[in-house]
Amino acid sequence: MTVDSSPGAMVLDDVYKSFGSNPVLSGINLEVAPHEVVCLIGASGSGKSTLLRCINLLEPIDSGRISLLGQQVTGPGIDANRVRRQVGIVFQSYNLFPHMTVLRNVTLAPTKALSIPRAQAEAAARELLARFGLADKQGEYPDRLSGGQQQRVAIVRALAMQPQIMLLDEVTSALDPELVAEVLDVIRELATGGMTMLIATHEMGFARDIANRVCFLEEGMIIETAAPAELFTDPKDERTRRFLRRIVDAGRM
Amino acid sequence: MIGNNPAFGPDNREYAADAVPSLLSASVTPGTPVFGYGGRGPRLLASGGRRASVVSTISTLVVLAALVAIFLAAPGSSQVRHTFFDLHDMWQSFVGDPTKGYYSVGAAIWLNIRMFLAAEVMILILALVIALIRQSSGPVLFPLRILAMIYVDFFRGVPLLLVVYAVGFGLPALRLSFISTQSYAVYGVIALTLSYSAYVSEVYRAGLNSVHRSQVAAARSLGLTQGTALRYVILPQAIRNIVPPLLNDFISLQKDTALVGVLGAIEANQAAQIYGSTVFNYSSLTVAAILFLVLTIPLARFTDRLIDRDRQRRLAGAVA
Repeated sequence: MTVDSSPGAMVLDDVYKSFGSNPVLSGINLEVAPHEVVCLIGASGSGKSTLLRCINLLEPIDSGRISLLGQQVTGPGIDANRVRRQVGIVFQSYNLFPHMTVLRNVTLAPTKALSIPRAQAEAAARELLARFGLADKQGEYPDRLSGGQQQRVAIVRALAMQPQIMLLDEVTSALDPELVAEVLDVIRELATGGMTMLIATHEMGFARDIANRVCFLEEGMIIETAAPAELFTDPKDERTRRFLRRIVDAGRM
Repeated sequence: MIGNNPAFGPDNREYAADAVPSLLSASVTPGTPVFGYGGRGPRLLASGGRRASVVSTISTLVVLAALVAIFLAAPGSSQVRHTFFDLHDMWQSFVGDPTKGYYSVGAAIWLNIRMFLAAEVMILILALVIALIRQSSGPVLFPLRILAMIYVDFFRGVPLLLVVYAVGFGLPALRLSFISTQSYAVYGVIALTLSYSAYVSEVYRAGLNSVHRSQVAAARSLGLTQGTALRYVILPQAIRNIVPPLLNDFISLQKDTALVGVLGAIEANQAAQIYGSTVFNYSSLTVAAILFLVLTIPLARFTDRLIDRDRQRRLAGAVA
C-alpha cells in the first residue's frame, strides 16, 4: 500500500510525559500520514497507552508538541473538546455507558456535543450498527452483550462522531480469543476505508497484516520504526530483537 | 422539655444517618456495586421449603407470645395499658377536639408530610451542589471547597435539635422583613434542610466516587464537555448506586420532622404531647408513633425492593 506524502495527520514532536517522578514518555517523535495505519508494539508499561491518551488530550504532556490535522493541539488556549470530536479513541475495557442502550451509547455524543437532531443521529447510528453486524443489538444494554460485541459498539460509538483519526488502545486485550477476530475484522474494514489510525496492540500477526508501519516502544521511547515486513523479520535494534524473541517464545506470533 | 420524647428524640436519627456514609465507604470500591452488601437487605425468612417456613412461623409466634406475656404480667401493666394504649383516648387524640383544648394528631401528621416533602426536594438539590463543589478540582474553586467542607463538618457535628432551635428562634429574632416572619414549619424545613444536606452530600460524594474514572475518560474522549458528561454519564450512574442510602436518610428525615414541634408547630408529635398534657393520657403518643410507622414502613419496603431489583438486573447482565 502506498501512503501519500501530504503533511502528517498526526505529528508528535519530542513529547515528554511523566507521572510524578516516573517518566512514561521520554521524547516521542512520530509522524502519521493521512490514511496511514501505524501500530505501536512493546511490553506493558512501555508507554503505548499513555501516548494514545496524550494525543486525545486525556493526559496533559509535560513538554513537546502534538499537531493533529495540521493544527497544534498542545499549549494554552486549546479547546480540548473540539479536538476530541475529531479524534476517536477506543479503550481496552470498552467503557460503554452501562445505563444506556446501545443506540443511546452511540447517539449521546453526536446529539449533545455536535447538536445533531436526535432522529438524524439515530438514523446514522442504526446505519453504522448495521454495517458492523449489530443491527439487532441497538435496544440492548451493554451488560447483555459479549465482549466482542461491546467492543464493536465502542468502535461504532467513536465512529459516530465522524472522526478523522482513530486511536485504538489494545482493543482486543480484554477479549476471549474466539472474540478477537470479529473486532479485528472491524478494524480491517476501517483501514480499507482509509481511516488514519494509531493502534496499540499485542496482536503481532494483526499488526503485520494491517499496519503500514510498526513502531516498537520501550521505556517511553520509540526504539525502531519500520514497515512490518522489515521490523518483524529483520529488526535492526537489539532491544526490538529481544522483545520479538520473547513474543515468539511465548507462542504469540 | 416538650419535644424530647424518647420515641422521636434526636438520638434515633444520629444512628441512622451515621450508618450511611460508613456503609457506603465500605462498599464503594471501584467495580464493586454498592448494592452488593448482604444481597436483599433484611432477609426475613430463611429459604428452605415449607418445613422451614412452618418452623420460623412457630418460633415467631412463641417469641411474640412470650413478650406479650411479660408485658401483661408486669406489675404496672394495667396502668401502662391505660396510659398508652387506651383505645378511646387513641381515637379522641386521632380526631382531636379544639373545644377541649387539643388538636387532631391525624390532621397534624399532614404538616409532617408537607415538611418532609419540602425538605426532601431542597435537600436533594443543596446536597448535590455541595457534593459537586467538594468533588471539583482546580484552584479557582478552592475557597468554595473549603466552605463546603466546613459546612458539612459543622452540620454533621451539631445536633439537629439545636439547629432547629437556632433557626426557629434565631431567624425571627433578627426582625428582618421577609426572613423573620415565616411560620415555624418553614423554619423547621430550613433547619432540616441545613442539617440533612450535610449528610446527603456525603452520600452523593460516595456515589460520584463509585463511578469508575474510565467512564469519565470515555465521555470526555467523545468530546462531551464536563457538564454534559456529568449530567448524562456520571450522575445517572452515581444516583443509581446511592438510592438505598438516600432512601434510608429520607426514612430518618420523615421521623425528624417531629423535632419541629419544639418550636410550637402543631405537627403530629406536638399535637400528641398537647393531648397528653391536657387529658393526662398518653395514648396520643402511641397514635403518633403508629402514624409515623405507617409513613416510614412502606418507604423501607420500597427501598428493599429497589435493592432487590437492581441486584437481579445486574445478575441477569452478568449471566448473559
